[in-house]
Amino acid sequence: MRGIIGVSGHLPHWRLDRSDIAAVLGSKGGAGTRAVASYDEDPVTLGVAAARAALRCGVDPGSVESLSFATTASVYAEKSAAPLLHAALRLPSRVATLDAGPGLRGAASALRNALRSTDPLVAVIAGDVRTGLAGSTDESGGGDAGSAVLVGDDDVAPLVAEHLGGASATHEFLDRWRAPGELRVHAWEERFGQQRYDELALDGWDRALGDCGLSDSDVARVAVSSPHPRAGAGLAKRLGASGVEVTDRLDRSVGFTGAAHPGLLLADLLERSAAGEVVALVSLADGADVTLLRRTDTALAGPSVAEQVGLGRPLPYGKYLAWRGVLPVQPPNRPEPARMSAAAAERRGEWKYGFVGTRDRSSGAVHLPPARVSYRGQAVDDMDAAPMADHRATVATFTVDSLAYSPSPPVVFAVCDFDDGGRLPLELTDVAAADVHIGLPVEMTFRRIGTADGIANYFWKARPVPGAVGVEEAD
Amino acid sequence: MGSHGIADRVAIVSMGCTTFREHWDRGVDDLAIDATVEALDAIGLRPADIDAWWLGTAQSGMSGITLAAPLKLEGVPVTRVENYCATGSEALRQACYAVASGAYDIATAVGVEKVKDSGYQGLNAFPIPNDGTQRTLTAAAMFSLVAPAYAEKYDVDPHELRRTLARIASKNHSNGARNPRAQFRREMDVDAICAMPEVAGMLSVFDCAGVADGAASVVVVRAEDAHRYTDSPIYVKALSFVAGNGSGLLDPDYDYTHFPECETAARDAYAQAGITDPRRELAMAEVHDCFTPTELVLMEDLGFSERGRAWQDCEAGVFDLHGDLPVNTDGGLKSFGHPVGASGLRMLFECWLQLRGEAPEDRRILTADRGLALTHNLGGYPGEMVSFVGIWGSERG
Repeated sequence: MRGIIGVSGHLPHWRLDRSDIAAVLGSKGGAGTRAVASYDEDPVTLGVAAARAALRCGVDPGSVESLSFATTASVYAEKSAAPLLHAALRLPSRVATLDAGPGLRGAASALRNALRSTDPLVAVIAGDVRTGLAGSTDESGGGDAGSAVLVGDDDVAPLVAEHLGGASATHEFLDRWRAPGELRVHAWEERFGQQRYDELALDGWDRALGDCGLSDSDVARVAVSSPHPRAGAGLAKRLGASGVEVTDRLDRSVGFTGAAHPGLLLADLLERSAAGEVVALVSLADGADVTLLRRTDTALAGPSVAEQVGLGRPLPYGKYLAWRGVLPVQPPNRPEPARMSAAAAERRGEWKYGFVGTRDRSSGAVHLPPARVSYRGQAVDDMDAAPMADHRATVATFTVDSLAYSPSPPVVFAVCDFDDGGRLPLELTDVAAADVHIGLPVEMTFRRIGTADGIANYFWKARPVPGAVGVEEAD
Repeated sequence: MGSHGIADRVAIVSMGCTTFREHWDRGVDDLAIDATVEALDAIGLRPADIDAWWLGTAQSGMSGITLAAPLKLEGVPVTRVENYCATGSEALRQACYAVASGAYDIATAVGVEKVKDSGYQGLNAFPIPNDGTQRTLTAAAMFSLVAPAYAEKYDVDPHELRRTLARIASKNHSNGARNPRAQFRREMDVDAICAMPEVAGMLSVFDCAGVADGAASVVVVRAEDAHRYTDSPIYVKALSFVAGNGSGLLDPDYDYTHFPECETAARDAYAQAGITDPRRELAMAEVHDCFTPTELVLMEDLGFSERGRAWQDCEAGVFDLHGDLPVNTDGGLKSFGHPVGASGLRMLFECWLQLRGEAPEDRRILTADRGLALTHNLGGYPGEMVSFVGIWGSERG
C-alpha cells in the first residue's frame, strides 16, 4: 500500500496584522494576519524546518530515496536548492534530488509523482516566501511557510493516510506571472483565471473520483489550495451541497503560501481527520491536481498547523517591509561579512549543514564545532559524531549587539549549553532582546545567515523553545 | 618542563610613545619612526646601533619590512609578530629573550597600529576564508557576556554592576585627563556614563577602549650593560604568556566570570618574580581594560581582589590613582586609546615613567617606592584569549 508516512506544515514565528498595513498606507489591509518568514528564513530554511518536523514521525531518514523541493522564490537560478535541504536533513548520498520549480504547481506535481513512484520513501518538500509591493493584495494575502510530505510504502513505516487515487488536468492560460527576482506578482483580470480554475477543478475532481470509484458523499473533507480565494468556488459549492466539509484555506491566519500551500493544507487536513475518513486535496495552479486519501489510525507527530497558528508573535509592518527588502533601511556602518569559502563549507558540510559535532570517546566531552583533539584529556582522533540539531540547550549568558553587522540589527547572541553536554555560542533568532535571560531554553533552527557575492550562507541558530518565553515570569 | 623566566637579566633603557589619537595626517611609517626615534634619541643612539628588531602590528603591515623600510635599516633582522591585542607585549617578549640569550647586545621592540584608515568605527579583523559558520560580533559584545554571568554568579544587582563598570571607566577617564598623550582627556562621571545608550549588552561606548592610531617603542639590553645607557633602567622581572585553546567556547564548565588564561599567566609571572602578595607588593598595574567588565574580572584574575569582590573593591577606590593599588594610571585602553600593536608597549611606558618618578605630578602614584609594576595585555575574547603578564622593577635583585 502506498500513502503518506509523515506530513508537516511549518509556520514561521512572526505574524503581520493586516490592519497594520492599512494604518501605515491608508489602504485596505484586510482582516486577520499573515505568516511572515524572519529576515533569516527563506524557502530552503522553511522547507528544512517542515521536513525536520515531518521526519519526527519516526521513519528512518536513511530510507529516503528521492527528494523534491518546490518554491516560487528560488535561492539560485543556476544552482539547485534541493541539495541544501539534503545536506541539512543529513540524507544519504544515494538520494536523488529534484528542484520542482519554479512555479506554483511544483509541490502538487511532485506529490502526484511521489504517490506513483516506486521509490520506497520520497520527501516532497516546499517552502515559500510570498512577496508583493507595499499595499498589494499579494503582500497582505500572501503568507510564508514550509511543508513536507513523506510519501512511501507501508512496509517502510506505518501510513498516516492511504493513497486512494487522483487525477490531474492541464490547460495553458495566463493568470499570474512574475519574472525571477521580481517583487511584484502580475495578474490578469481575476475572473478570467477563476473561471478557468473552476472548470479545471471540476474536471479533475470528477476524474479523480472515477479513478477511485467514489462519489462526492464518500468524501468527508476537502482542502482546496489556489492562488485566489474564489478559484474553485464552484467545486466547493457543489461539495458543500453534498455534505462534504471544505476546510479553512488559512487565508485569515496564514495567507496563501504559494508552493508550500498544498502541503500545508494537506497537513492541516490530515490533522483534522479521523481514522477511516476519506479526504481530498485539490491543488489549483496552472492546472489542477486532485489527490484522494484515507486517514489511518496512525498518530501524527506535532506540532499541528492549528497549534502553530496560535503561537505566532506580532511583527510591526515597518520591520516586515525592511525584511522583505521593500523598504531599504540603513545598515550599521560596519564591514559586511565576506562570502563563505566553498571549499571550507564543503569540507565542513556535516557541521555547517547537519550540525554534527564530535564527542570524545574517553571523556564524553562534546566538541562544537567538531574537533580532532579533545579539550578534556587531549586524546587525538578518538571521537564519535555528535549530531546536535535535535538537542535543546540553555542560555548560560547572553548579549545584545547593536553595532555588529546584521540584516536586522541588533544581533541577539547567547552562550548555549546543550542539555546533554556541549556548548556553542550562537546567534538567537525569533526572539525579542528583552525576553532573553540566563536559563532560557532554546532549540536549534537552520537559518540563512546572510548573502555575500550572491552566495546564500546557511548555518544554525538558536531560538526559544516555543512557549518558553514568558513562562518563567508567569511562574 | 618548567617556566624559569629571565628575572634581572634584561633591562629597559629607553622608551618612546606617540600620542594616541586619530592621526589622520600620519601613516604607519610616520608613527613607527616617531616612536622609535624618540626612544633612540633619549639615549643618543641611531637606528644603526641596534642589533635586532621586533615589530608588533596586528594588521597594519606584513613582515619585518614594514619597519625596516621606513627606518631604512640595513642588514639586520626584523621580525614582525602578531598575537591579537597582545601583539605589542609579544614583540617586547621576543626582544627580551633575544638579548637574554646572548644572541644580541641591544634590541628594540616597536609596536604600531594604524586603525583609522579603515573607514569604520572600532576594530575590524580581516577575514580569513572560512565555512561561514562563525558569527562576527563586536568585541564589545563578546566581553559584555561577562556582565550578566558575573551578576548572576555573585548575586550583584545588574544596576549596581552597571554603576561599578561606569566607575571603572570614570577612574580611567580621570587618569587619562592627566595624560597629554591620551586620546580622551575629558573626565566623565558615573551618572553621565550610566546615562549613555547601551550598544552591547549593558555596555555603552564609554565602556569601550578608545580606538586610536599610535606607536610605542622600547630598547632592551643585558642588565649588566644598562647603566651604559641610563642611570635609571628598569629590569625585567617576569615575562609570561598563555595562548588559550578556546575550550571556554566548548566547555559548559567555563562560566564567563574569569579568564583562565590570565590567571595562569599571572601565576607564572608571580613565580618568576617571587611575588606572593601582588596587591601589596606591586606599586601599580597597567591592565588590559578593553572594556570595563574586563578590568573588573582582571582584578580577581591577577589576584588583586578576592573572587566575587572586585566590584566592591572598585567601588571602594582600591584601584584609584591614590588607592591601595593604582591601576591604569595613564588612562588605560579606555582613555589612552588602543592602537592594537602598540598597547602592550604603551602599558610598559607608563610603568617606565612611574617607577622612574617621571610621571606628571598630577597623576604620580604614591606607591612607587614598592619598586614593582605589572603590565597585563590580552587578546581575543572570553573563552578564547591570549594573555601576557610582565613584571618590571626599578631595582636589580
